[in-house]
Amino acid sequence: MITVSGISKSFKVAQRTSGVKSAVKALFRREYTEVAALNDISFSIAPGEIIGYIGPNGAGKSTTIKVMSGILVPDRGSCSIMGYTPWLDRVAYVKNIGVVFGQRSQLWWDVPVIDSFELLRDIYDVPQPEYESNLKLLTETLDLENIIRTPVRQLSLGQRMRCEIAASLLHSPSILFLDEPTIGLDAVSKIAVRQFITRINKEKGVTVILTTHDMNDIEALANRILLIGKGSLLFDGDLNSLRDKYADDSRTGVSSIEEIVVRMYEEYQIS
Amino acid sequence: MRAYVSVFRLRLANGLQYRSAALAGIATQFFWGFIIIMVFQAFYAQAQSPPPLSLSLSQLITYVWLQQAFLSFIMLWFRDNELFQLITSGNIAYELCRPNGIYGFWYAKLLAQRLASAALRCFPILVVALFLPQPYRLVTPADPATFLLFVVTLTLGLLILVSISMLIYISTFITMSAAGSLLMFGVLGEFLAGVVIPIPLMPSWLKSIVYVLPFRLTADLPFRVYSGHIPKWQALELIPLQLLWLAALIGFGKYAMGKALRRVVVQGG
Repeated sequence: MITVSGISKSFKVAQRTSGVKSAVKALFRREYTEVAALNDISFSIAPGEIIGYIGPNGAGKSTTIKVMSGILVPDRGSCSIMGYTPWLDRVAYVKNIGVVFGQRSQLWWDVPVIDSFELLRDIYDVPQPEYESNLKLLTETLDLENIIRTPVRQLSLGQRMRCEIAASLLHSPSILFLDEPTIGLDAVSKIAVRQFITRINKEKGVTVILTTHDMNDIEALANRILLIGKGSLLFDGDLNSLRDKYADDSRTGVSSIEEIVVRMYEEYQIS
Repeated sequence: MRAYVSVFRLRLANGLQYRSAALAGIATQFFWGFIIIMVFQAFYAQAQSPPPLSLSLSQLITYVWLQQAFLSFIMLWFRDNELFQLITSGNIAYELCRPNGIYGFWYAKLLAQRLASAALRCFPILVVALFLPQPYRLVTPADPATFLLFVVTLTLGLLILVSISMLIYISTFITMSAAGSLLMFGVLGEFLAGVVIPIPLMPSWLKSIVYVLPFRLTADLPFRVYSGHIPKWQALELIPLQLLWLAALIGFGKYAMGKALRRVVVQGG
């Protein structure tokens, strides 16, 4: 369903040392360094999987998501998702995906949530019966009943995030990209979000690609893990094989997933 | 198409909720309108011998009131900060995963914003200006045909203005700051549209520059059609020119936006 092969992307970053002198120098000659955000990334994903995409900050997780959702154009490599190349067939392709960026908002700030939802219904051209049944399912499972008529600016972060996730699923996408969906959420909201992700994966067969720093998310959700560090793909496998490989039973008995990941980061020297 | 209509409706509804901003705006526009009219009144009174000006004072006053009433149709500085934030903060990521062209989507948004603002402000100003004592009164158009031509040219002018303002947003992709483009487009565009000095009062060398540019089709043309300063037959001739400029500006904007989106970088997180 998703095949990514040999994707590379680098960004030009302006660099200078501190101080007025170097600022003046930068007026005339600017030094750029090429930062390789992604370096020859390849993997494939089957329908119905939940993929946990992990790695330290700045590893290239979000960049991968942005390439896969058609926002960024990679320098090299190819990517085929449901037969589309995301950045070439953007408009036709994005009808099939839902995206949540945990650090950004897609809801209109000054109007009730439901207005944003109805706008999305029209943007994706969702037929009314389908929209209504999706909305019903989403309001029930994400517990939106009481907040859907409130302006977004008056929602708490947890409430808003639940609405953001609902907004990404109104058009029944078959792939859902979640970029740090649980960032900043309290325990209750986190668990609600996790249960919801499991549910739509089971019931509707939605393929989920999830990036997060919360290893509990990964433990609760992902049946397969992709580890990325410094732009390269370092590990691809399920949680158990990860445990077998890095668990340190001699000391603590059972290692927590957090410790396992730290050990893994250390081995690959990417932390 | 449904998406464009829908964003238009939502933006319109959103814009209509700012009542106190509209009231303050109306007050400002009256104040401003009176100042400008008084300045021109003094100017006309001091002109030696019968002024060689082709625009009569009453036509000029009409011009000023229409300007004030339809301010949001003609001002380039009238902007949607949300769109600028979208570009500079990276929230554009969401716009890019929608199944429609961003150009049309933003165009509908900007158009709705201007319409909402005008809907709240233009009627009180027009009504009051129609009943002001002479010489401050806004005169009614000579006949229904003139009024109809005014509506047509004003509508096309609005569409042209929005397509010019789209270029400001597109330039933000490259400069990452809206201030420069806004100032440049704002000051130059408004001057060339005849918003600062009515175009009939400009020297002839300046007129010849202004007439080849699209800006004056947004404000100067409809207002002079209204007052009858531009006769009906001439207005009919200028409507195709408006359509031509509209097509050219939209075409260029779409092309430039496509270019900008190819090299977009969404920073952070």
